[in-house]
Amino acid sequence: MSTSAAPDAEAVDDFRREVRAWLGANFPPSLKGHPALLSGHDELHGPPEDHARWKAAIAGKGWGVPTWPVEYGGAGLSDEQADVIAGEMERIGAFQPIMSMGLMMLGPTLLEFGNKEQKRRHLPPIARSEMQWCQGFSEPGAGSDLASLRLRCEDRGDHWLLNGQKIWTSYAHHSDWCFLLARTDTSVKHRGISFLLVDMETPGIDVRPIELINGISHFCEVFFSDVRVPKENLVGEVNGGWTIGKRLLQHERTGLSRLRGAKAHVLDLVPIARRYQETDADGRLADGDLRGRLAEHLMTDHAYRLTLERRRDEGEAGTKPTTPVSTLKNIGAAMGQQRGELAVELVGLNSLGWAGDGYSAEELELTSQWLHSKCYSIYGGSHEIQNNITARHELGLPSD
Amino acid sequence: MTLALTEEQTMIRDAAAGWAAERAPTTALRALRKEALAATGHDPALYAEMAEMGWTGVTIPEAEGGFGMGFAAAGLIAEQLGRTLVASPLIGSAVVAGAILVMAGSAEQKAAWLPRIIAGDAVVALALDEGPRHDPTRLAFDARCEGADWVLDGVKRPVFDGTAADAFIVATRTPGGLSLFLCPADGPGVSRAALRQIDSRGAALVTFAGCRLGAEALIGAEGKAAAVLDRALDRGRAVLAAEMLGSAQAAFDATIDYLRTRVQFDKPIGAFQALQHRAAELLAELELTRSAVRAALAAIDAGDADEARLASLAKALAGRTLRKVAQEMVQMHGGIGMTDEHDAGLYLKRAQAADMTWGNAAFHRDRYARLSGF
Repeated sequence: MSTSAAPDAEAVDDFRREVRAWLGANFPPSLKGHPALLSGHDELHGPPEDHARWKAAIAGKGWGVPTWPVEYGGAGLSDEQADVIAGEMERIGAFQPIMSMGLMMLGPTLLEFGNKEQKRRHLPPIARSEMQWCQGFSEPGAGSDLASLRLRCEDRGDHWLLNGQKIWTSYAHHSDWCFLLARTDTSVKHRGISFLLVDMETPGIDVRPIELINGISHFCEVFFSDVRVPKENLVGEVNGGWTIGKRLLQHERTGLSRLRGAKAHVLDLVPIARRYQETDADGRLADGDLRGRLAEHLMTDHAYRLTLERRRDEGEAGTKPTTPVSTLKNIGAAMGQQRGELAVELVGLNSLGWAGDGYSAEELELTSQWLHSKCYSIYGGSHEIQNNITARHELGLPSD
Repeated sequence: MTLALTEEQTMIRDAAAGWAAERAPTTALRALRKEALAATGHDPALYAEMAEMGWTGVTIPEAEGGFGMGFAAAGLIAEQLGRTLVASPLIGSAVVAGAILVMAGSAEQKAAWLPRIIAGDAVVALALDEGPRHDPTRLAFDARCEGADWVLDGVKRPVFDGTAADAFIVATRTPGGLSLFLCPADGPGVSRAALRQIDSRGAALVTFAGCRLGAEALIGAEGKAAAVLDRALDRGRAVLAAEMLGSAQAAFDATIDYLRTRVQFDKPIGAFQALQHRAAELLAELELTRSAVRAALAAIDAGDADEARLASLAKALAGRTLRKVAQEMVQMHGGIGMTDEHDAGLYLKRAQAADMTWGNAAFHRDRYARLSGF
């Protein structure tokens, strides 16, 4: 089939060559195949000095946030160019080193809803990965029903006063700032919520990590007692926070679906199967049922990665991505959980270890990952909430 | 290689969609159940229109008289035909038999059959399966050598498009391995009986009784056809998976429409979360299948080394998804979905038949595992 090269296609090709050359010169090969981290406190794989060098190189280029304006630490590139960068990184097994919740969620939200001063102050440190942000959305009584949140926010003339609690706040114990939703009007539900930026050093904030079923956690409870927040830290209008929060959640879903995709390469089940399970004379897993289920999972996972690729290609081609983000998030979560289930099944009795010398570090890690994977379908909007969104917004089904 | 559609591909898709909706809605499939068309298993007049639009030559290279537009283009056409369950020998004859002749046919075989396949004047069907299990590596059907001739004895069933075929490409076991023979449907000792399939398409039981063919009937080298057959089947599987994706999408769209409009307990049933969530899960299946189908077709066009594994991925996912969607189409429509008058049953029956064609989901799961090294 003949396709005539449009002038802009040539420009994309030129840019691609430029990206390739730059990545070739700057990406440390020792980090090839390592996952993107959501937080600077996730476990590092590979030499820490290479991580630091890679992060500094990307930050200096503005390619951690390629589409952001240059004045806010970005590179002022088009979506198409950003897709080229992402594609070229994926091609060589590189990863985006300054991924964070600030970058993934708050940044795009502030670009749209923040005032000039808020953008100028908060975006550049995010783009350089100097400031860690956490997300104060969930509360004990308001998880999936987010709009029922109660954290009280009173107008005290020259400041806002916060009282109440947040929960499931990822990395709150390592964060410098928090973006949160608070209740500024108790007489209405959705229209009584405001969006605030809060310095975690402010007196009255108490952070307590929550131990989870795998023994560790990055989730925290955050308590607010008479916390004074400057007036200028309100984003948008008073009581206008719900719209901003919803948009932020869209960015979160997109970001999470991409992260899952990147992590899909981390745990390769076939070598684990061959190490822990018997094979027959032809090299096939002797347990036919397990072999069938492993194949089924790997095939669905393969199709999931192809779907991420198709979305990226659609973006590069300038067409609207056809797979809804809510759908992608659920598939990605399901793949991660299936992978965890199969891993512990393949490892068998050796996957029952909790701690100590009787189990290899890899075995303990697999078991911990399996337990941890149960949160994939809860955080970032539960599996059920994503299905509600798909049904209503993508399929146009009526609300109850 | 891109998984997004180009402008040219979008035009091909839209043309096929328009034709299928206007000229071959599901009522055309229902007509196949009547005597006149039941004998062929497709409507020759519709097939002639498809040939006129060039679809029968899409995957055949220009050097061989085709249009050389590639398998991604063929897949987009097949996907639109799948939406209304158009029955035709397009994939069996123009894609699979065409690919075998292009890859391994002699100059004489090509000259005799390719122009007719491309013109839609002739249907060439692959006589491969022999019983309940699809397994091209374990054929029982032998061809024996007698002097300069080959003699074929045995039964092939089901032969897809067999009722309408003008010639068969017969897969046999010969002393050197797997061999393919090109045998006219009126060849010596060849007889066929129509098999009436649930999907109303034309399959046949074909008997070869002392069928004597000259050496010129052999396609390629004796005993060396396994790789050719495998590659041609993968082309057929990938395009068929595209057709199945189209069927699944149409069944899904119809079901969503029904959920929006059918009122029970004083509200549209689509307002019930139990049904909303099942609909959302089906959408995920469809999206995964679409990616797998595009990737398989693009890999074939690019000559990618992974094309076999991707073809199995696409065919298995298409089988799984179409069956799931068709079952939910019946279930969510309730009693009306069980009636012959409603189209749900047509999709369900086609889902079963298409899944079984050239290896069902279980066959391809096994093949995928083997090709992945476990």
